[in-house]
Amino acid sequence: MSIPAFGDSLIIYLIIAALLFGIGFYGLVHRRTLIGMLIAGELILAGASLNFMAFNRFLAPDPTVGQIFTLFIMGIAAAEAAIALSIIIAVYRNFRTIDVEDVAELKG
Amino acid sequence: MVPLFSAEGLSSLVFIFIVMTTVLGAVIATHSERLIRAVTGLAICFIGVAGLYYYLSSPFVALMEMLIYVGAVCVTIVFAVMLADPKPASEVGKGSIFIGPLSFALGILLFWGLSALAGKTVWVLPTGRVNDGSLEEVGRSLLTNYSMAFELISVVLLVAIIGALVLARQGRTRTGGES
Repeated sequence: MSIPAFGDSLIIYLIIAALLFGIGFYGLVHRRTLIGMLIAGELILAGASLNFMAFNRFLAPDPTVGQIFTLFIMGIAAAEAAIALSIIIAVYRNFRTIDVEDVAELKG
Repeated sequence: MVPLFSAEGLSSLVFIFIVMTTVLGAVIATHSERLIRAVTGLAICFIGVAGLYYYLSSPFVALMEMLIYVGAVCVTIVFAVMLADPKPASEVGKGSIFIGPLSFALGILLFWGLSALAGKTVWVLPTGRVNDGSLEEVGRSLLTNYSMAFELISVVLLVAIIGALVLARQGRTRTGGES
């Protein structure tokens, strides 16, 4: 019995990252609450950083660049989550809902 | 191809398990009706992504993924769900009925397009590595080549903390006596 060495090929990581990106995009369009859209955005960021790490492992001449980029993406994602959640709480205080369809004062 | 009952074969099996964990977590995160289950799916997905980082030979980034995403971001989202989620959101409602299938088709199209692009491109392997990518080298280039970005991201985090405090506080004073 034999099995392919999956962990050693670049294309598998790229496909997983594309799958995470696609699922995140689907959730971002399909979700109707702000928190659900935030979760989908985190999935998209995870796909992007997985791409960086895969290229860093297999293709980059300097194998620290991708790791540093991924660490920066993590910091930005943490800041983004904090800001988005305080905005969500402020919206909830004013509108009593976080549904994106209902948060509309200026109806055209 | 490697034999199944060897170190490499077993690591391939564990890799398949990690990939399934990642995909399952992502599907739970986008499909569950209740937001708290979606956050749990997000945490499962990030644990899987941390395992993938481990397979990409950077255990430090895997550890940071667990600490920051699973430990901090997911817990913060759980706080927001507790503070601002009165009822499970109904998926059908005032929105158009086409938005579900349309977004599904767009997601499939994006996945297929990116995968086809990744498969068709001829990747150029590097001729040599300037260092081994260990934690020591990461720290060295973080404080030499990328020190400007390193300082800037600390400013960004500080501004984010102050902005979060200001935003959450403003909502409280505007409604007045509601809290």
